[in-house]
Amino acid sequence: MGNASGEGVKERLIALFFAANGILTIVILLGIFLFLAIIGLQAFYEISIIEFLGMDWNPDAYGEPAWGILPLLAGTVYIAVLSLIIAIPLGVASAIYIAEIASPPLREILKPAIEMIAAIPSVVLGLIGLIILAPWIANIFNLPNGLNALTASILVAIMALPTIISISEDVIRAVPDSYREASLALGSTRWQTVSGVIVPAASSGIVAASMLGLGRVVGETMVVLMVAGNSRLFPVSIFDPVRPITSTIAIEIKEVVQGDLHFQALFALGLILFLMTFAINLASDIFLTGRQMGR
Amino acid sequence: MIIILALSGCLDKDNAPTPDTLDIKGSDTLVQLVSNMAEAYMLDHPSVEISVTGGGSGTGIASLINNEVDIADSSRPIRSREIESAASRGVEVWEFVIARDGLTIIVNPSNPLDRLTLDEVGAIYRGEITNWKEVGGEDREITLYGRQSTSGTYEFMRERVLKADYSPNMLNMEGNKAIVDGVKNDLSGIGYIGIGYLTDEIKALKLAEDRGSRYVSPLDENLIEDGTYPLTRPLYQYTNGMPEVNTLPYSFLRFELSDEGLEIVRNAGYYPPNPEDKMNNDEKFRLIED
Repeated sequence: MGNASGEGVKERLIALFFAANGILTIVILLGIFLFLAIIGLQAFYEISIIEFLGMDWNPDAYGEPAWGILPLLAGTVYIAVLSLIIAIPLGVASAIYIAEIASPPLREILKPAIEMIAAIPSVVLGLIGLIILAPWIANIFNLPNGLNALTASILVAIMALPTIISISEDVIRAVPDSYREASLALGSTRWQTVSGVIVPAASSGIVAASMLGLGRVVGETMVVLMVAGNSRLFPVSIFDPVRPITSTIAIEIKEVVQGDLHFQALFALGLILFLMTFAINLASDIFLTGRQMGR
Repeated sequence: MIIILALSGCLDKDNAPTPDTLDIKGSDTLVQLVSNMAEAYMLDHPSVEISVTGGGSGTGIASLINNEVDIADSSRPIRSREIESAASRGVEVWEFVIARDGLTIIVNPSNPLDRLTLDEVGAIYRGEITNWKEVGGEDREITLYGRQSTSGTYEFMRERVLKADYSPNMLNMEGNKAIVDGVKNDLSGIGYIGIGYLTDEIKALKLAEDRGSRYVSPLDENLIEDGTYPLTRPLYQYTNGMPEVNTLPYSFLRFELSDEGLEIVRNAGYYPPNPEDKMNNDEKFRLIED
């Protein structure tokens, strides 16, 4: 009797412990958001919204400081879009190969190898980009130098690959064998089975994988800092240097004194970055649940 | 409130370095030179631990203001705003000149051009001159390599040469080394670096104040010392409080300005402080030793 109720108390305590952990995550998330918002929004006492949406970011200007975030935002969007254009086809194709085509021993080698990419420190990747990729890009496209959005996007795409491949492969493998068997039994070729049955069945998972990759891309700092050129100009072509929001914060936070306007403005940038990644995650969530309910 | 203050007081004491360590941070132009100094000094004083990090003059001075380092390296003079900001946090700043730099304008070795006036350099970096042919070079668009706003060299160029903002086209590189790497691979590139970073893979331009005056190479020591080279500049160290006699900061500064230290300065490619710098340093040491 006593023993049983002791077990009951223990169960309840364990349940409480897990609940508390779950709530703690939410508290941390809210805390970070509030911290960013409280400091970041103070910048708007002195910077008008119109100024903030301007075309030049130059807080440390020779004359009047300029606080326009559009070139930075454009840099972030540029790199995000370009690197996903590179990473998604490559990632999904690799995932299909590993899940559907590769022989089991090969799969055992490939999957951990791809996951090892995630273990490359981004500063090393940046160095490789600086020494090998940038001169190469400059050569191919006949540019004076390779410090531009394209070079940065290729490197960032490499960083997003493990996420995209690993998760896509999992969802492709999770498609029930009965789908494959049914499709093959109807006389479809292997390619028709993969493209017509398996990929559509796994599509929501592939979208989720890409979204997670996108989150990685938007927040990446070091590689971009090293190879994207970081000029203040609003980027037009993919061969223009860019300075995304992350690099700007990383460069400038070092010289600001706590509490001044520049400090607050960098927090406002951080807030925008946070809201962007939050929106990306939310969108992928809504997309996923929407699909599941529609099915 | 009182408790918090008392606690933060305790924390500060705990964070204060023991007398045998010295934290130095700042200028990328100075980081190699000061590291060499620290190594030589630690060889003679094995119990001493000196850490030298870069990040830019602005970074070093911001750390000094935040009371995080003992010495800030800087390739630009500290601003009066920064001195006030330090004072309001209880940091008293002392200035010493440990070397002289001939700020060097570099181009790719295959660029036929070998000289520019300061006005031309300014116009190039302001973005008013965009093709090498406008200053007597080949018909080729100019690619600007520069530093980030944390850099003292960025600021020195802007105050002394541009007297306006940089062109938004300029690539903002992490440090002197990154500019060298960029320009050595870029036929159209122009960059500015501390002379200690000059290598055979890039070409230093001769500079003149204006068309009427003499074009001088930054490698000519006498013309750097007497200030004929137009971009000669002092390289500073700022100490956190007065470096009292027989403390580590004091001994280290004395070492840097000794004959052995000046030899290290030359070996790193920089120049010793000029007579005026020496006078200012000696004046400080007199105040300290009294």
